[in-house]
Amino acid sequence: MPKLIINGKEIEVAAGTNLIEAAKLAGAEIPHFCYHPGLSVAGNCRMCLIEIEKAPKLQIACNTAVNEGMVVFTDSDKVKKARAGVMEFLLLNHPIDCPVCDCAGECYLQDYYMEHDLNASRLEEGKNKKQKAQEIGPHVMLDKERCVLCSRCVRFTDEVSKTHELGIFGRGSTEEIGMFEGVTLDNQYSGNVVDLCPVGALTDKDFRFKSRPWFLRETETVCGGCAQGCNIVLNTNTNPWNKIGQDRAYRIYPRENLAVNQYWMCDEGRYSTKSIDHGRRIAHGEKGQLRTSEYLLARVSDAIKGAIAQGGDKIAILLSPQMTNEELWAWKWLAQSLGILQVEMGDDLKRVGAADDFLIQADKNPNSKGATFLGLGPRENVLGGKAVLEKAVQGEVTVLVVVEHDLSLRESTPLQKITERGGIVIGIHSLVQSDESNYTFTLPRAHYVEQDGSFTNIQSRVQRVVKALEPLGESLPAWEIAFSLGQRLGLRSPRILGNRFFQN
Amino acid sequence: MTDFQKYLTKNFDNPAALTLDGYVASGGYVALKKALGMQPVEIIDLVKAANLRGRGGAGFPAGVKWGFLAKTDGPKYLCVNADEGEPGTFKDGPLMEYDPHQLIEGVAIACFALGIHSAYIYIRGEFYNSIRAVERAVQDCYKKGVLGKGVLGTSFALDIAVHPGAGAYICGEETGLLSSLEGKKGMPKLKPPFPAVKGLWGCPTIVNNVETLACVPHIINVGADAWNALGCEKNGGTKLYCVSGHVVKPGYYELPHSTTLRQLIYDVCGGTKPGRTLKAVVPGGSSSPILLPEEIDVRMDFDSLGKIGTMLGSAAVIVMDDSVSMVRALHNLLHFYSHESCGQCTPCREGTHWLHVILERIVNGQGKIEDLDRIQDICGNMVGNTICVLADAAVLPTQSYIKKFRPEFEQYIRAGKRVSLLGGLIETVPVGAH
Repeated sequence: MPKLIINGKEIEVAAGTNLIEAAKLAGAEIPHFCYHPGLSVAGNCRMCLIEIEKAPKLQIACNTAVNEGMVVFTDSDKVKKARAGVMEFLLLNHPIDCPVCDCAGECYLQDYYMEHDLNASRLEEGKNKKQKAQEIGPHVMLDKERCVLCSRCVRFTDEVSKTHELGIFGRGSTEEIGMFEGVTLDNQYSGNVVDLCPVGALTDKDFRFKSRPWFLRETETVCGGCAQGCNIVLNTNTNPWNKIGQDRAYRIYPRENLAVNQYWMCDEGRYSTKSIDHGRRIAHGEKGQLRTSEYLLARVSDAIKGAIAQGGDKIAILLSPQMTNEELWAWKWLAQSLGILQVEMGDDLKRVGAADDFLIQADKNPNSKGATFLGLGPRENVLGGKAVLEKAVQGEVTVLVVVEHDLSLRESTPLQKITERGGIVIGIHSLVQSDESNYTFTLPRAHYVEQDGSFTNIQSRVQRVVKALEPLGESLPAWEIAFSLGQRLGLRSPRILGNRFFQN
Repeated sequence: MTDFQKYLTKNFDNPAALTLDGYVASGGYVALKKALGMQPVEIIDLVKAANLRGRGGAGFPAGVKWGFLAKTDGPKYLCVNADEGEPGTFKDGPLMEYDPHQLIEGVAIACFALGIHSAYIYIRGEFYNSIRAVERAVQDCYKKGVLGKGVLGTSFALDIAVHPGAGAYICGEETGLLSSLEGKKGMPKLKPPFPAVKGLWGCPTIVNNVETLACVPHIINVGADAWNALGCEKNGGTKLYCVSGHVVKPGYYELPHSTTLRQLIYDVCGGTKPGRTLKAVVPGGSSSPILLPEEIDVRMDFDSLGKIGTMLGSAAVIVMDDSVSMVRALHNLLHFYSHESCGQCTPCREGTHWLHVILERIVNGQGKIEDLDRIQDICGNMVGNTICVLADAAVLPTQSYIKKFRPEFEQYIRAGKRVSLLGGLIETVPVGAH
């Protein structure tokens, strides 16, 4: 491994490392716009110019690999002057419309201006005018004036999404990002270009004008949209206009994890923020009537007690790979403690969808692997969800607990038949079901971002889910529902919860 | 000086040489036949010994460049840079238009020496006649066995493709040319890797200028010593000089490297027009720093001009007499560079534009004295900080114009209009030059 000296500090890094990454290890930040570790090197912004001993000119750090004995200066006077020069050029035709720009607060131009420039513009002539606020796809808006032409978005569509929608058109100072004729930036990963954009040229239509980034709280968590489990940051904020008076989700963007999602995530996961609040079941109900939680938990535990009295096979529980490992564990504990024999994952009922060869998995459940590891997945003597429903329809099962399964998607809804025969169906969901009235009792489950826990992704990687928001209304994590029911049925709750569970 | 024996231009008055037979009759393809009997490394050594300097502008020794070509079993390419676009240059066009076989012979010898089997001739799109002449010559060569599976009956295979460019100055930069040839936007590529290692389609590639390759057959014919004797030390052979501007006889002239700029202007081109005095000379294309009349006693070779802070470049001499306004000349020049900047690197994209708009303001009578220092400062932030040398090509002349003609710039700015150096008013109308 080559040894080199950066700003007087000797470090040893792997051969082939570029100087931007090497400098990070030496504690020096080299400013850059066009360089991104997940994309090819373009070397066009010229912001990362650094001085190398014995080199006649300043070199760009992004395209310079470490060399044995290299002596690098990242903050010499020559470097500082070049950086200030590049900043002046970048801002020359930039509209400086930060007050109305979504990127203000997380803009590299702003940060680097404060750090490396701080000079007034010397341009006395007019600025170039380009198109602003152009809708270039279902999720992305383009402002050509703000663009610094770093080409990150173009390289992303060429190298990562491989959809080739974007290009740089024209030349010289009239050059601009644009789309090839007849296409729009409409691919399953289009939102990533907004994160990639170091300035406010590409903004998110969904997040546009919703909040200043400095008001947002960040929670590092995992996407629950499919079995991939992309690492994400969830931005939350108290919206002064909403009447709930508590933090809600504003934005999701990917978090670097080279083993899972590299630097990216799909649009489906990214724009799942709406599903956190939209259509939520927030209160307890009995046949469509609102009930207090006390009353309902008593009724539910009575129903379970009654069924168990008739025999352990008179009650069945349908769990879902939408649940966290902790929720699954708690329900498994409840079932085993009460002697309930039929605990099914309902793999034949779970949500599936389109997949691709990158991040999107066909299994739209974040925790199928986790269920398998808990002994709830496909195994011998398993009946399957459909068979359990059939048994309930036949009257062999009198109490059916359904957690996070949308049974209304099935062609013929069995629930009505079950209740007509006098069976009891208990639904525990975070969203209001379209066949809500077919359930005897409904309990609101907290969304996964409203609870601590873990998902096990398709690579068998256990990833922590961190509570980013308070549960809406009366909703509770399913493990808490299981423990309250257990308590009512005379069981002692195991005292392993949330964070501690993950550590175990 | 005019009785000097011509090599590169010897067939320019011989229209028969446009055909293969005519070219052979004038002594053509003898060098190729001779080269095919030599060892490839002998040819490279010969070109090195002949001190053939790259004629595209940089003056890098061609033999040394050839030596850099990475050894590989995969494909390698030779690209002929015929995208002649440096303002003031008009040598490659005639070389292709009047003697296309000379270029093809040079290409074939170079390819044989380098073990290359595919060559591209990238010709500037506007050079319609050159494209047509070279295409015809290539077709002739295929028909008569000069190109194709067996060159002149040997087992050496060579294909040549002619590719017309679309008229961008930046495609004359070797990596910009490669991008364009690959079907991409003509943008220079990052170096390293250099084209000799990773060039066209990621394969080792040599890019040579038309004139450089046209010299190769003559080197094979006359040998290194005789070729060196034609020029001066480290600058072998003859050179095509393109003289334009305010001289009595502008045009291209093939002369020894040892010619001085004064000889070129006064003896060869007949000096300035009657009643006019020399004001400034651009020695090597618009990108080279300008020279004052007292600096023209300089030999027109790569090293002598380099020593006095300018360059031979493409040997495009632009002569300016006292009728020229240096302010407007610089404005014109910067318009060109801001128009031709590919826009990839920040300093060049924004800098050339900024310089141009400042000059536009000065030309329109709204300049300020401090603009001149600002221009120098902007130049300082551009030079050497970009992928290719287009920024440098804009900056170096700009700096030299302002340094050498500062009083004229100041007078222009103070008067808000064009004045003669003696203070007399020449023109009162602010003009946008284009």
